[in-house]
Amino acid sequence: MAEKLTLDIVTPYGHVFTGEVDEIVASGSDGELGILPDHIPLITTLKIGMLTYRKGSETAHFFVNWGYAEIGPDRVTIIADSAEKSEDIDVERAKKAMQRAEERLKQIEKFDEGRARAALERSMMRIQVAEKQTAR
Amino acid sequence: MATLRDIKRRINAVSNTKQITKAMKMVAAAKLRKAQARMIQMRPYAEKMNSVIAALSGGEGDLHPLLVQRPRRTIELLVLTSDRGLCGAFNSNVLKEAERTISGWKAENFRVSISVVGRKARDYFKRRKVEMRNEWTGLSGKLVYSDVRRIAEDIIENYMNEAIDEVFIVYNQFKTVISQEVVVAQLVPMAPPESEKGGEGPEEASTVFIYEPSQQAILSQLLPKNIEVQIYRALLESQASEEAARMTAMENATKNADEMIDSLTLQYNKARQASITAELMDIVGGVEALKG
Repeated sequence: MAEKLTLDIVTPYGHVFTGEVDEIVASGSDGELGILPDHIPLITTLKIGMLTYRKGSETAHFFVNWGYAEIGPDRVTIIADSAEKSEDIDVERAKKAMQRAEERLKQIEKFDEGRARAALERSMMRIQVAEKQTAR
Repeated sequence: MATLRDIKRRINAVSNTKQITKAMKMVAAAKLRKAQARMIQMRPYAEKMNSVIAALSGGEGDLHPLLVQRPRRTIELLVLTSDRGLCGAFNSNVLKEAERTISGWKAENFRVSISVVGRKARDYFKRRKVEMRNEWTGLSGKLVYSDVRRIAEDIIENYMNEAIDEVFIVYNQFKTVISQEVVVAQLVPMAPPESEKGGEGPEEASTVFIYEPSQQAILSQLLPKNIEVQIYRALLESQASEEAARMTAMENATKNADEMIDSLTLQYNKARQASITAELMDIVGGVEALKG
């Protein structure tokens, strides 16, 4: 019986988080995913979204930009393009990115629509996650 | 024998050069530290990715076109060099190895296609009138992930539509600050990575995973990603090697300048001594003549 989960979030820019937690909620590509210790082994893709972990009474939120989760009974490894803790998100930058993406969507003929949509989704999700604060 | 003024001028010129090489060495050292840090940051990501792919592909090679070995007809070589020179044998080592590999393939009657990163490789092949399929320049120094994605997308696209059947990458691998090694590595098709031994990897190779959405779907996202990661890693290695090579080259240049200044100073002093002696002889000669 595993009591705790070891959560490891890695990005090309290094480890974002490593530690033991009690519960994880991630946004899988097929829907929200709650993970408790002793989960069945699972590999899933993640969409742009929020990842939350609970450790005792502490809950923290991360913005996760597209990635994979490898889930085992006692460890969860998140491999993401980028990941930021809610407090570390640069809201100003996200807002600017959102505006830019919206501008581009208005002139679809000039820009790649898929890219602009992804950028819009990213920035909106960043802003959303940034509003959540770590609770202890 | 050179005149005093000539020697003095040369000493000045050499010490100016020395100042430049010293500054360049310092800049290279700072850049090297940054490049090395990025390389180290990248490592856990690349390792985790390998272990997930190992768990996913489970030794079977035909789950995805990127894993399938087609009969070789056209082989692509991706050559990584720097944009700027003054870094010792860094670029010529890569280019020599590239040339060797290409002629090996040609001898076996494969078609060879070449893509290059860095101005040095581009100029090299252009001078030899060798056609390049694609070229990317201006990446070094400010390497961003979106550039890497462009390179990977281009390669994958050409692989998928069977314009190329195999892709190799040649670059300088960073060993230590004083040693870099040119390696040729296969990029596509990917050999399923061996799962790494030890507790860090995926549970055991025998663990049966559930896949969401499906094994195929995950692989088809993960494999292109992994190619990006491998190219990114190679570019980072190449960049760190470039700065390390430049640092060593500039340190040697500084040392040589020092030696040159020493020997020129000696020559200068000798010449000065000689001219003083000559003047003295003149004066003594003149006095002797007046006495007479």
